[in-house]
Amino acid sequence: MRTRFQQQMEDLREKLLRMGGLAELAVDRACQAYTERDLTRCQLVLENESLINAAEREIDELAFDILATQQPAAVDLRFILAVTKINADLERVGDQAVNIAERIMDLIELPAVDLPVDIPRMATAVSAMVRRALESFVEGKAELAQAVLEMDHVVDRMRDEAFIVLVRKMNEQPQVTQQALDALLVARNLERVADHATNISEDVIFWVLGADVRHHAQAASVAPRPERREQ
Amino acid sequence: MGVGIAVEQLNAFYGKTQALFDINITVLANHATALIGPSGCGKSTFIRCLNRMHETVPEARVEGKVSIGDLSVYNGTSATELRRRVGMVFQKPNPFPTMSIYDNVAAGLRLNGFRNRKKLDEIVQRSLHSAALWDEVKDHLHKKSGASLSGGQQQRLCIARALAVQPEVLLMDEPCSALDPISTGKIEELIFQLKEQYTIVIVTHNMQQAARVAEFTGFFLLGKMIEFDKTEKIFTNPSDKRTEDYVTGRFG
Amino acid sequence: MNSTSTAAPIPQITMPPVSWRRRVTDHVMTGVSVLTVLLVLLPLIAIFGYLVFKGIGSINIAFLTQTPKPVGEPGGGMANAIAGSMVILGIASLLGVPLGIGAGIFLSEYGRNRYGDVVRFVSDVLNGVPSIVIGIVAYGLVVMRQKHFSALAGGVALAIMMIPTIARTTEQMLLLVPQAIREAAYGLGVSRWRTTLSITLRTATSGVITGVMLAFARVAGETAPLLFTAFGNQFWNWKADQPTAALSLQIFTYAISPFDEWHRQAWAGALVLIVLIVGAVAAVRIAVRHGTLAGA
Repeated sequence: MRTRFQQQMEDLREKLLRMGGLAELAVDRACQAYTERDLTRCQLVLENESLINAAEREIDELAFDILATQQPAAVDLRFILAVTKINADLERVGDQAVNIAERIMDLIELPAVDLPVDIPRMATAVSAMVRRALESFVEGKAELAQAVLEMDHVVDRMRDEAFIVLVRKMNEQPQVTQQALDALLVARNLERVADHATNISEDVIFWVLGADVRHHAQAASVAPRPERREQ
Repeated sequence: MGVGIAVEQLNAFYGKTQALFDINITVLANHATALIGPSGCGKSTFIRCLNRMHETVPEARVEGKVSIGDLSVYNGTSATELRRRVGMVFQKPNPFPTMSIYDNVAAGLRLNGFRNRKKLDEIVQRSLHSAALWDEVKDHLHKKSGASLSGGQQQRLCIARALAVQPEVLLMDEPCSALDPISTGKIEELIFQLKEQYTIVIVTHNMQQAARVAEFTGFFLLGKMIEFDKTEKIFTNPSDKRTEDYVTGRFG
Repeated sequence: MNSTSTAAPIPQITMPPVSWRRRVTDHVMTGVSVLTVLLVLLPLIAIFGYLVFKGIGSINIAFLTQTPKPVGEPGGGMANAIAGSMVILGIASLLGVPLGIGAGIFLSEYGRNRYGDVVRFVSDVLNGVPSIVIGIVAYGLVVMRQKHFSALAGGVALAIMMIPTIARTTEQMLLLVPQAIREAAYGLGVSRWRTTLSITLRTATSGVITGVMLAFARVAGETAPLLFTAFGNQFWNWKADQPTAALSLQIFTYAISPFDEWHRQAWAGALVLIVLIVGAVAAVRIAVRHGTLAGA
């Protein structure tokens, strides 16, 4: 029944997944560019930003269309609302990747300096969060989403540590202040990406369970609902 | 003022076929409760059990308890007495075709012996006001027959007719299925206002309508009531998968 | 555009134009229908025309106001027969209409079962009984008991003939009333018998009246049942328990007589009879239409 509606929903899902892939790729590229001081990768991130923005527009349009013409209810309604929110978060992730790329382009022009902060480790963690959040959307599994929420604390701590360490470095060696600042900003951008991954997970939980767990509210149960169907 | 309805272990049979299985519902006074479900699920049968209209079908039988306010529906009240306190509006508007608009509205009272002309005039006017039909017909009360009105007006006439006997409960069996969207909108507005004075139970095929007018919704399937809860819960996050499948259009 | 259908597409064909043969057939059949209508109307018009031709000359005030004169004397009229017919038909209606309608109500509202089938069968049989036999039955039931002929006996005979027609048409008209109307009344807390009388019957009124007028028109011209019941009377009589004149009887008596004068009066009587029947039916129709609401 409702073949056209189901096709539209499937379409929406695929578009969002593709956009998620683009955002994930952007973050990964930016992090690799940091480790390898690679200008080309930075430029790729900047160029592909427009793709992410175009995808955001497309997804919003389709979601709006479905809402207007199909009057979805219950889980379908929650799905569409979740998609529009995840959409916005993914677009912000893309923006953050661009910010990171710009900081790295700045760093590349400056002399290389050994900073006591482990950006790559943070990047790996953040990247994993984004990937897991998108997985939870693909699978429709609230437990995966919950796991992302828990990882957010770790990344927050990493950001705080980076802050302390880099400030100290700037005080000790004022001549590397620029590099330290750039690294600090990269750390902050990474932490923002982690926040967006958290938002995405909360939206997935809302879709799957119908529970609003934003701002640390607890879901009544994060156990999977019986007989989950393919979305 | 409206009264609540309590249904306990209601089972309904047509001859050997069982149409309703162990229905338990409490309908709150002065609220609108919607009953949804696919065709043949028993929601019309259920609503007709509330005012014993199912008894017009031969071999119809009921087990269980139904109370409307303090009145026991199956124990001790005659069907005609009961139906004066529980009004009904049907799917297809059915005004009495050979009677004028006035006579239609007054029919329930007149046929039960009420004759005072002045009071009748007052009640007819008030009922037509309540049904949002007064302005459209006040100049033709005695000249036009009930059947000469448009579909939406006819249905409002039937509502006025039901309200004239001053029931406590109003049962509506898909009242808008035969009407255009504008008439439907007017009647939904009406239900909103009527809620303050009456208890309303409305059977509907149109889920958006249930969502618009009713605070509570019950989902029927194959003679059983699967879920009964606040309307917003049924439409945003129902507890039973079958409810969700119906509400999202996966069947039905 | 997304297609939701998975069935094979319907093959495209072009419809041939309507052939001249089909058009001709269409016209011919229309012509045949008109022809049959004319054929049916022709006897009716012929009878009426012939009656007017033969009878109009003999209708005058005297005819309409005087009683028959003895044989041989010219003049006289059928006034008493006209009045007598009205009395007899009045009695027949008083007896037949309520009983017929009552039977019709039973059959439609309470008789959708074996008992109803029996009543229907009896009614159909009664409808087919020859009118002279009914006359004899009325003779046995009323005249022999009372030891004299009477308008009452005539009325009884005619009533027996009216009942089956009225019962069956009433039943059919009541069955045409949609069940939704009855349910609307039940929903208001109206009892079943009250619903039947005040709602169902009232909705079917015009149809029921048609049935009544059909039965009335049929018995108004009956002669055989009146032969041994009302018997006829040369003089004025307003008493229901005395032999009474009737138009149909009078026409019969005059028509088989050897007198030209009486033949002329028979033609006039026949014309008056037809006019009265048509007039009665038309009057009732107009009254019903006048009493019906706009749009009902």
